Amino acid sequence: MNQTARPAMTEELIRLSGITKTYGRGQAAIQAVRGVDLAIGEGEFVAVMGPSGSGKSTVMNILGCLDTPTSGSYRFQGVQVERLTRDQRALLRRHYLGFVFQGYNLLARTTALENVELPLIYRGEAAAERHAAARAALEQVGLAGWEDHTPGELSGGQQQRVAIARAVVTRPAVLLADEPTGNLDTRTSREIMDLIGSLNRDRGLTVLMVTHEPDMAAYAQRIVRFVDGRVESDLRPPPPAPPPPAGEGGTEAA
Amino acid sequence: MLWNTLLLALRAIRRNLMRSFLTVLGIVIGVAAVITMVTLGRGATQAVADQIASMGSNLLIVLPGQRFGPGISGAPFFRVADAEAIRSQIGAADAVAAVASRVATTVYQARNWSTVVTGSSDEYFRAGNWQLAAGRSFTEAEERAGKAVCVIGETVRERLFGRQDPVGSEIRVRQFACEVIGLLAAKGQSAMGSDQDDTVVMPLRTVQRRLTGSTDVNRLMIAVREGASIDAVQDQTVRLMRERRNIGANEEDDFRVMDTRQIAETLTGTTRILTLLLGAVAAVSLLVGGIGIMNIMLVSVTERTREIGIRLAIGALEREVLLQFLIEAVVLASLGGIVGIALATAASVFLAGLMQVPYLFDPAINLVSFLFSAAIGVIFGYFPARRAARLDPIEALRHE
Ligand SMILES: Nc1ncnc2c1ncn2[C@@H]1O[C@H](COP(=O)(O)OP(=O)(O)OP(=O)(O)O)[C@@H](O)[C@H]1O
Ligand SMILES: [Mg+2]
Repeated sequence: MNQTARPAMTEELIRLSGITKTYGRGQAAIQAVRGVDLAIGEGEFVAVMGPSGSGKSTVMNILGCLDTPTSGSYRFQGVQVERLTRDQRALLRRHYLGFVFQGYNLLARTTALENVELPLIYRGEAAAERHAAARAALEQVGLAGWEDHTPGELSGGQQQRVAIARAVVTRPAVLLADEPTGNLDTRTSREIMDLIGSLNRDRGLTVLMVTHEPDMAAYAQRIVRFVDGRVESDLRPPPPAPPPPAGEGGTEAA
Repeated sequence: MLWNTLLLALRAIRRNLMRSFLTVLGIVIGVAAVITMVTLGRGATQAVADQIASMGSNLLIVLPGQRFGPGISGAPFFRVADAEAIRSQIGAADAVAAVASRVATTVYQARNWSTVVTGSSDEYFRAGNWQLAAGRSFTEAEERAGKAVCVIGETVRERLFGRQDPVGSEIRVRQFACEVIGLLAAKGQSAMGSDQDDTVVMPLRTVQRRLTGSTDVNRLMIAVREGASIDAVQDQTVRLMRERRNIGANEEDDFRVMDTRQIAETLTGTTRILTLLLGAVAAVSLLVGGIGIMNIMLVSVTERTREIGIRLAIGALEREVLLQFLIEAVVLASLGGIVGIALATAASVFLAGLMQVPYLFDPAINLVSFLFSAAIGVIFGYFPARRAARLDPIEALRHE
C-alpha cells in the first residue's frame, strides 16, 4: 500500500502495519481484513468509510483492543499492543481508549449517572469525584437533569449521548466510534456529530469514527476508505468545503 | 478494588431485583425443606427413643401364646410360681414381676374414668422404669395380704382429681374402695402409641381376688441386670418355661419372650428409614431449587454475557468482573441460605409442637444445606460468568 503524502503530522498516536483478521479456518475462513497499514496522529479526526463488509468494524475493534488481529503489528504510543497481556490491554482500554458503539451498549436498568460512572469505578476513583466527573460529562453531552433515567427511559440520541459521556469521562487519548449515528435520524445525528466535533476541537481528543453517511464524514479532517479489507484511499479534503468526500482520488493499490 | 467490586455487585443485584428474588427463593425453598424435614425426622426418632427408654430397657416380657392377644391361642396363663422360679433360677434377672390386669371403671366423687388396672408387685415399678412423683409404693405386707391400696398414673389423677393431691384419698375401683398411696411420674406415650400414664397399679393379689377372680398371671416382666447378656437371659427363660409348662422336645413354645431392645431397634429402624425418606424428598426439593436457579441464570446468560462485554470494553480486568459475579452469587446464596434457615427453624419448631416431637437443632444439617446453597449459587452464577469473562470483549458483546 502506498498512501498519499500527508503534511507532517503531529505526534503519532497509532500505527497499524500489515494487520489481517481471518474468521474461521479452512474452507469456511473469511478474510475480513487483508493487510491494513494506517497511521493516526494525535488530535486527528478521522472518518472511516467503505462498503458493508469491507472490514471497518473489524479494524475499529482491533484498534479498541476489543479484538485481536490474526497478524500484523499495532503500536499505540509506540507500545507494541500484541505483546501486551490481557490485563495490560484492559488497562490500555481503561486509561487511553473510549469506545462508542452503534447499539449504545449501556447497562440496562441502570441510571445514566451509574453508566457514566462505571469506567471511573474501575479506575478506583473516590465516590465524590466520580459523581462530579460523571455529572459534568453528562452536562457536557447536554443531558443535565437526566442523570437518574435508565436507558429504557431515554431516546436513541440520548442513549448515544450517555454512551459518549461514558467514553470520554475518563479523558481518553482516543475516541473510537463505530457508526455512532447509525441508528439515529439526521437531526439527532448532526447533534451527536457536533458534540464529537467539539470534543475533538476543544479537548484535542483524537477521534476515529466509522460512518456510511458522507454528511457525517464531512465533520472529519481525514477520510479513510476501506474496500475488501484494505485501505483504498486516504484523503484530506480541504477544511472549509464540507460535502463531496468519497469517490476516487488519492491512492491506488500498489 | 474489593470495596468497588462489592458496590458493583450490589448494584447488579438491585438492578435485577426479579432475578435476584427468584434466585434467593429457589435457595430458600430448598434449604428450608431439607432442614425442616431432617429436623422433624430426627425429632421423631428422638421421641421414639425416649418412649422406648421410658418403657424400661433391658426388659423381657413373657406372654402366653405365640401370637398377639393373650389367651387367643388357648395357651395357659402363668402363675406367681413362674415368676418365683425365674427369680430364683436365673441369676441375671434383676427384677421379676408377675402381672395381671383388667379394665375397670374408677370413681372419685362425681368423676369416673375407665382405665387398665394392673396387679403386680413393687418390682413392677423397677422393671418398667417407673418413678414415683408422690407417695409410696406397696409394702411386702400389703402385697401378701392383698390390701386395697393403689398407685395411680398421671392421666388417671388428672381425670379423677383434677388439680387436687390424690395421695391419701380413696377411689372406688369397680365395687371396692381403694386407698391411693402413690402417684407415678408421667411417662407419656409408649412406643406403640398408647398412653402409659393411663394406669392404676395395685398388689397382684388384690387384682386377682377382686377383679379377675382367678390366680392367672397375664404376663411376666423380667428386668435384666445391668451388663448381663439379654440374649442369655432370654434363652434361660425359654428353657425354664418350657420345662415348667411341660413342652416336649418336638413341640413349639406356647409362650413367647419379647425383648424391649428388639422392639426398640425395630421402631428406631423404622423412624430412621422415615427420616432418610424425608431427607430424600427434601434433597429433591433442594435440587429442584437448584435447577430453578440454573434456569434463571441460563435465561439471563445472554444479557449477562453482554454486560460482561461492556465491562471489559470500558476497561474492567477479567478478575474484577469475576470477583463481582462471585460476590453477587455468594451474597444471593447466603441471603437465601439465611432466610431458608430462619424459615426452617420457625417451621420446625411449629411442626414439632404440632407433632409432639422434640425440636432438635442440628448444626450439621444447617451447615450442610447452607454450604450446598452457596455452592449452587456459585456454580450457576459464577461459572457462566467465568466463561464470558475469558472471551475477547467483542465476542462477549456480540453474544446472542
Ligand atoms: N465474528 C465474525 N465471524 C465471522 N465473520 C465475521 C465476524 N465479524 C465480521 N465478519 C466478517 O468479516 C467481514 C468484515 O466485517 P465488518 O463487520 O468488519 O464489516 P464492516 O465494514 O463493519 O461492515 P458494515 O458497514 O456492514 O458494518 C464481513 O464479511 C463479515 O461477514
Ligand atoms: Mg461495521
